Amino acid sequence: MKDSFLYIENVSKSFDDVKALDDVSLAINKSELFSLLGASGCGKSTLLRIIAGFEKPDSGKIFLDGEDITDLPAYKRPLNIMFQSYALFPHLNVSNNIAFGLKEDRLDKKEIENRTAEIINLLELEGLEKRKIDEISGGQQQRVALARCLVKKPKLLLLDEPLAALDKKLRIQTQFELVNLQYKLGITFIIVTHDQEEAMSLSDRMAIMQEGSILQVGNPVEVYEKPNNEYIAKFIGTANIINIEKLKTKNNSFLSSDLGIEIESFENKLSSKCLIRPEKINITKSTMEKKINTNNTCKGIVKEVAYLGSYTKYLIQSNNYQFYVFQTNNFISENLNIKWDDVVDCSWNKEAIFLL
Amino acid sequence: MFTKLKNYKFWFVFTPYFWLVAFFFIPLAIILKISFSVSEWGMPPYKDILEIDNSGDFILNITSGNYAFIFSDFFYLKSYLNSLSLAFTSTLICLIIGYPIAFYVAKSKPKIRNLLLILLIIPFWTSFLLRVYAWKVLLQGNGILNLILVKLGFITEPLSLLYNHYAVILGVVYTYLPFMILPLYGYLVKFDLRLIDAANDLGSRKINTFFKVILPLSLPGIIAGCMLVFIPVVGEFVIPELLGGSDKLYFGKIIWDEFFVNRDWPVASALAMSGILFLIIPIVIFQISYAKYNFKNE
Repeated sequence: MKDSFLYIENVSKSFDDVKALDDVSLAINKSELFSLLGASGCGKSTLLRIIAGFEKPDSGKIFLDGEDITDLPAYKRPLNIMFQSYALFPHLNVSNNIAFGLKEDRLDKKEIENRTAEIINLLELEGLEKRKIDEISGGQQQRVALARCLVKKPKLLLLDEPLAALDKKLRIQTQFELVNLQYKLGITFIIVTHDQEEAMSLSDRMAIMQEGSILQVGNPVEVYEKPNNEYIAKFIGTANIINIEKLKTKNNSFLSSDLGIEIESFENKLSSKCLIRPEKINITKSTMEKKINTNNTCKGIVKEVAYLGSYTKYLIQSNNYQFYVFQTNNFISENLNIKWDDVVDCSWNKEAIFLL
Repeated sequence: MFTKLKNYKFWFVFTPYFWLVAFFFIPLAIILKISFSVSEWGMPPYKDILEIDNSGDFILNITSGNYAFIFSDFFYLKSYLNSLSLAFTSTLICLIIGYPIAFYVAKSKPKIRNLLLILLIIPFWTSFLLRVYAWKVLLQGNGILNLILVKLGFITEPLSLLYNHYAVILGVVYTYLPFMILPLYGYLVKFDLRLIDAANDLGSRKINTFFKVILPLSLPGIIAGCMLVFIPVVGEFVIPELLGGSDKLYFGKIIWDEFFVNRDWPVASALAMSGILFLIIPIVIFQISYAKYNFKNE
């Protein structure tokens, strides 16, 4: 593990008896776009500040590129951080903000000029060089903050909620720009975010944190499809959690008292809960014929319908249990005529069942 | 005009101007008038500028003699320079002591910050005169400070701490320190502490961060604080009177003496006007050039 690009080894940190980080270990690869995801107060920002060198861990070590940087002061670390508020210097213009770090490194004047011009070009900030920070837009400020870090050619770039301050449209556009930039430069990015969609769409891999611990590390597909526990299942996307009981007589089969049916999985594991994602359930208007009684199907009543354009959300009640179903409005699933209080047939594949 | 009078905005703007005219410009004009008058025995102790004599002719009693007199006597210039040097020294000391205090107060948690601010303001609840008198009691020959020093065995004889210009500087710094701290605090409390982290992250050591980020961003506060201390200290009269000795004469004291001891109102007024003039001209020049500098940077 110590040969990973960034290795965090058993790091703990407390503030006034509150444990912000509890024995956290994490390995991040070179040129990876990694996200730390968690609700506020989960310790993700503390971890970021420890990596940046603003806080000292109570115990544990941090290795960057094979070097122990635990005791290295922030100004000597070969990494940079982009702050949520950008923390641009209001008394300096755009180009002086960008050149600040290079001047602190006492590089020669020519090189400072060249590198500043290069990064201004890369981030399309031409023409704004002489502007003050309060004279440019939020999106431009974000790019100046990014430029100020990247111009130093850091080994690692930390981004604290990089998109939080932007409005929604700009956020999606900037998301793609950020991924492209990271791919082009090959710099390792660590992004802290509370927005699970942002983490999913940006990251190669992500770590989900709760109460100072890392619950799961994996790529977005793994985390979504195979969450380690109920908390993650509910935190990432929408989750239907069903209480189940293993049937001793049949392999791969479980009894759900919630739904009053038998559920079949592709796994044979002793579990008391399973996850089924709303988009993996298919619903059709019930034909009102005889009660179907095969596995992984049930009848239900539509309690809520929310048409969202590309897909529709339904809340279905079946046997005292309520669950969500998302159906794509593609005219293939024939769901558009389903209304409130309709009786529907719900069905899913056994692969849709994930045992927790 | 009627629409204007009805307009509440007009009154908002007008009221402070009325105040300024009634209590600043008119008294200033009176002083200016007296400074060009001829002194005489009587009450008031100067001749009216415009007099009508027995034959009904107007007599203009204007003289620049008062100014000529104070500029010809080095004594006045020297006292003015003493006051400037006192103001300069004490402003510098206030800045050096006040800046870290303001920074600490601005950086502390809101609960503690409010307590510290109250502590800064509490001295104003006691009369300024009493507080200066308190220093007199503390510093005098059989005062607490000397008593402690003697009891501790550092000295055998009480020191004469009072009635010299060090005591004056002490009194001035003590009195004017809050005027330095409060405007500084006002700017520093708005200071985004993440800028320090950002500078640190970009490779700045603490000293560089201070000179390149913190200091430039608190410069308006420093200027405001220095003005609030420097300008009134130049004319300070009470503190030198109570704590000072005969080693240095200060401008405020000289004006007082001319006014109340010599009863030479015209000379005292001329001194006051000259003092204002010498103080205002450099400040106006400074303000203009500072505004230009800011403008150029924007």
